[in-house]
This record gives sequence, C-alpha cells and structure tokens, in this order.
Amino acid sequence: MKKIINDPTTIVADALRGMALAHPGLLRITEDPAVVARADAPVRGKVAIVSGGGSGHEPLHGGFVGLGMLDAACPGAVFTSPTPDQVQAAVTQVDGGAGVLLLVKNYTGDVLNFETAAELVAADGIDVRTVVIDDDVAVRDSTWTAGRRGVGGTVLLEKIVGAAAESGADLDTCERLARAVVGNVRSMGIALTAPTVPHVGEPSFTLAEDELEVGIGIHGEPGRSREPMADADTLVAALLDPILDDLPFAEKSRVLLFTNSMGGTPLLELYLAHGIAERLLAERGITVERRLVGPFITSLEMQGMSLTLLRLDDELTALWDAPVHTAALRWGV
Amino acid sequence: MGCDAGTVAAAIREAAAVITEHRDELVKLDQAIGDGDHGENLKRGFGFVLARLDESTPDTPAAVLKLVATTLISKVGGAAGPLYGTAFLRAATAVGDAAELTPELISTALQAAVDGVVARGKAEVGDKTMVDALTPAAKAQGATVAEVLRAAADAAEAGAESTVPLVARKGRASYLGERSAGHLDPGARSSALLLRSFADSA
Repeated sequence: MKKIINDPTTIVADALRGMALAHPGLLRITEDPAVVARADAPVRGKVAIVSGGGSGHEPLHGGFVGLGMLDAACPGAVFTSPTPDQVQAAVTQVDGGAGVLLLVKNYTGDVLNFETAAELVAADGIDVRTVVIDDDVAVRDSTWTAGRRGVGGTVLLEKIVGAAAESGADLDTCERLARAVVGNVRSMGIALTAPTVPHVGEPSFTLAEDELEVGIGIHGEPGRSREPMADADTLVAALLDPILDDLPFAEKSRVLLFTNSMGGTPLLELYLAHGIAERLLAERGITVERRLVGPFITSLEMQGMSLTLLRLDDELTALWDAPVHTAALRWGV
Repeated sequence: MGCDAGTVAAAIREAAAVITEHRDELVKLDQAIGDGDHGENLKRGFGFVLARLDESTPDTPAAVLKLVATTLISKVGGAAGPLYGTAFLRAATAVGDAAELTPELISTALQAAVDGVVARGKAEVGDKTMVDALTPAAKAQGATVAEVLRAAADAAEAGAESTVPLVARKGRASYLGERSAGHLDPGARSSALLLRSFADSA
C-alpha cells in the first residue's frame, strides 16, 4: 500500500483538519464527534439538510456542504457509516427551527445508525424526517437482499433538495422532492481495479488484468458479476442498458446524465465515456438536458466509473440550476 | 463463585483481548464478502470500552453491560456498532439491578440480547448474519454460569459454521448474491468469538 498518510487510525481526523484549513469561511469542522457544517449554520427558519456516510468517497459528503446543498455532513471512519451521536451532533449544530431532513444511502450500517439518531433527535423535540436513497440497479431489489444500494444518485439528491431548502421550501416539500428524486434516479457502476482501505493495507478484491467487476458499490465490495475487459463502447452500453431498462425512460425523456469517476479513472477516460453515453442516449431519442462529469462519489483510488440518469421535469431542472457554493460544486454564485 | 460487576468487567476485558487477537481474521472474512471493516471496527470499539473501564468501575453487572453498549453505539458506526450495542443494552436491561448474575439471569440476558439484534437488524436465521450464531446460543441453559456460557459458545460456533454454505440475504454480503456462498460470515464469527471469551472467563 502506498498512500500519503501518517497513521491509518487518524486518517479521517487528519484529513478533516486540512479540509477546514482549505475552506475557511465556508465550512466549520468539529472533530469529536466529526461533523462538517456550513460556517453560517444554523440558518434561522430554513430546513436543515444532513447527510453522511463512511469516509473514502470524497468529495461526498463533506464536499457538498454549503450554500444550496447540505447544512452538515457526518463522515464516518473509512467505508464505515457514522455513529448516531455524530448525526445527533450534526443535527443539533444546524437545526434552524424548521425541521431537519436526513438523506441516507441504503446500506445496512447507514440505515441503522441514522435510524437510531433520528429517534434520539426526535426525543429532543426536533421535527426530523429520513429519506433513504436506493438507486443502484446492479442489486436485485427483493426480500433476498438488503435492498438496492445508494450510489451516484445521492449527489443529485443532495443538490436538488438542498436547493429547495435554500429557497425556503418547508420540510414537507423537501421530503416530497427527495422522494421524487429517489423515484426518478438510477445508477450503475463498474470497477477496473480495487480500492485499498488504509487500515486493511491491501486491495479489497483481486481483478486480473483482463477482468472487470460489473455492478460494484462504492465501498469496495465486489459486484455481482465478473466480465472480460472490453472497449469503452461496450462498457458504457453495459452500464446504460440496465439503467434504461429499469425505469421507463421513454423516448423524449429529458434527463440529467451524471458520469462519475470512482476515483482512479482520469478525466481523459471519463469524458470519452461521457461522449459515448450522450451518443447512445441520443440514439434512443432521450434528451440530455443537464450534465455532471467528474469524480464526485468515489471509492478511494479505485479505477472505474458509474453512470447515473435522473428523469427531469421543470421543477427538478430549476432546482438543479439553482446557485450552489460548496467545496466540490459551485455555480450561480 | 459469584458473577458480580468485577467478574463481568473482567470478562469484557478478556473479550477485548480476543477481538484484538482475531482482528486480522475478521478483516479477512469481511473482505471476502463485505468491505473489510468488521475486525478493525470491533477492535477500535473495544479499545474505547477498555479505556472507559479504566476510568470507572461500574458497580453492577448491568452497569458494565450498559457501558459496553453505549460505547459501542457511539464509537463503532457501521452495522456492528448498533447491533452489538443493542445486544449489550438489552442484556443490561434484562439483568436489572442484580448484584450477581445467576445461570437463569445469563440465559435471560442472552435471549434479550438476541431479540434486540433481531429487532434492530431485521434478520432471521438463515440470512447469513450474526443471528445464525446468536439464536442457537440464546437457548443455552445450565446449572452454573460457566455451563450456560459454555453451551452458548458451543452453539454459537456451530451456528457460525452453518453460515458457510448460505447465500447472504442481509447486510453488505447480500449484494454478492450466490457468490456469497462458501464463506464464513464475519458477524457470526465475531459473535462466536465473544461468547467463547465469556465462557473462558467464567
């Protein structure tokens, strides 16, 4: 393992100290428990949006804290969900009196810890709601699994609901919008290499030079099948087809296309893949109206990518376009 | 010999040592079908438990169990924190304010702990989780505390082994589908390790 670290057991705290220094005036970061909050929180009368999850997916979630997106994020240990008292501390720091919406990725640990936190916070008299995102079409959604994972759609969910909260929408509206996004967003990913978790010290799985893993999650967990390596046209189609089959993305659908690097795939390859995805969608009569391309929900240094499609309407499009100022996304301000 | 707060605290210290000793094994088991954090998370959590036991000596068995529960919940995260935390919390509630644990109280506490895990994690026997080790362990009976704990540890080990051929239906391993078969479940393994360490301390 070659990584720029001093001690695997303090990697998250050490990174958070650097993050605070990198974004003065934007973020306020506390260490114990670890919370990344907007510098101007709590914003009086505004619904607070809180998310979180294991570290190692940067810029998710801390990089999306700021104007028009999250009020706070709770970074857990690497690939480990945060603890309930972390979530409780985040909520307490940013509650502006208009209620709090927790956005949770569907992983067993995240759901259990946020669920426990929501009970604690509700007992303090704060109106708290939870929306679980489960956009990964690689996982069979049935009683035979823990349900679909939350992956790339999380970024779009945080942006859109964050914009609504910033514009003064109430908690009911924010919750309704969150459920609308969850219902209209689907993702799929592939891995070409495995990530190495610092406290483990070796790759999470082994892939041969001519193999790739289809349907990976963002925690280095292996996917559902292993396939021979192929060219970019084939790979992008292998990601796009299951997404399009899952939601009725009809001809003339308007979509947001999010092409995401898992951390180790450079922009050269990512833009190439994005171009292919746009062409394949155009061939199906689907209109790409908005785009996001880059490493936004990653899995340490894993090579690979994911595609996320969100079906847009006028309301979601306007919220996507609304101003945002965070460490990782900034436009309109 | 009585099973008072000091005895329970000593058993917890032994459990922490066993988890530390098996940290790498649990990481490897979890890497095979999950994300490889189970051993590290439990080791970290029990490290905090030891630190808190050094700071204070709870005066009842329930107070020791509650200290373990709150520490695991607030320090571990992942699925292991809330699940093991709930188990210890329910066990603490079940033994009430007893100054010493009887064999009957140990059986009651085991059953309460397992019920808590099942309620929180919504898993059943056969889902390839820690429930496969804990459910048979909770049926343990015996004339002495040591006998109950030995029976529980034996049952948990057999239960953990039974997870090997199973296809996971809960937790992160469930995403692997059929490919999860053939691996020992790390949560079932850590449950068996914990119960064996308690039996060895009794």
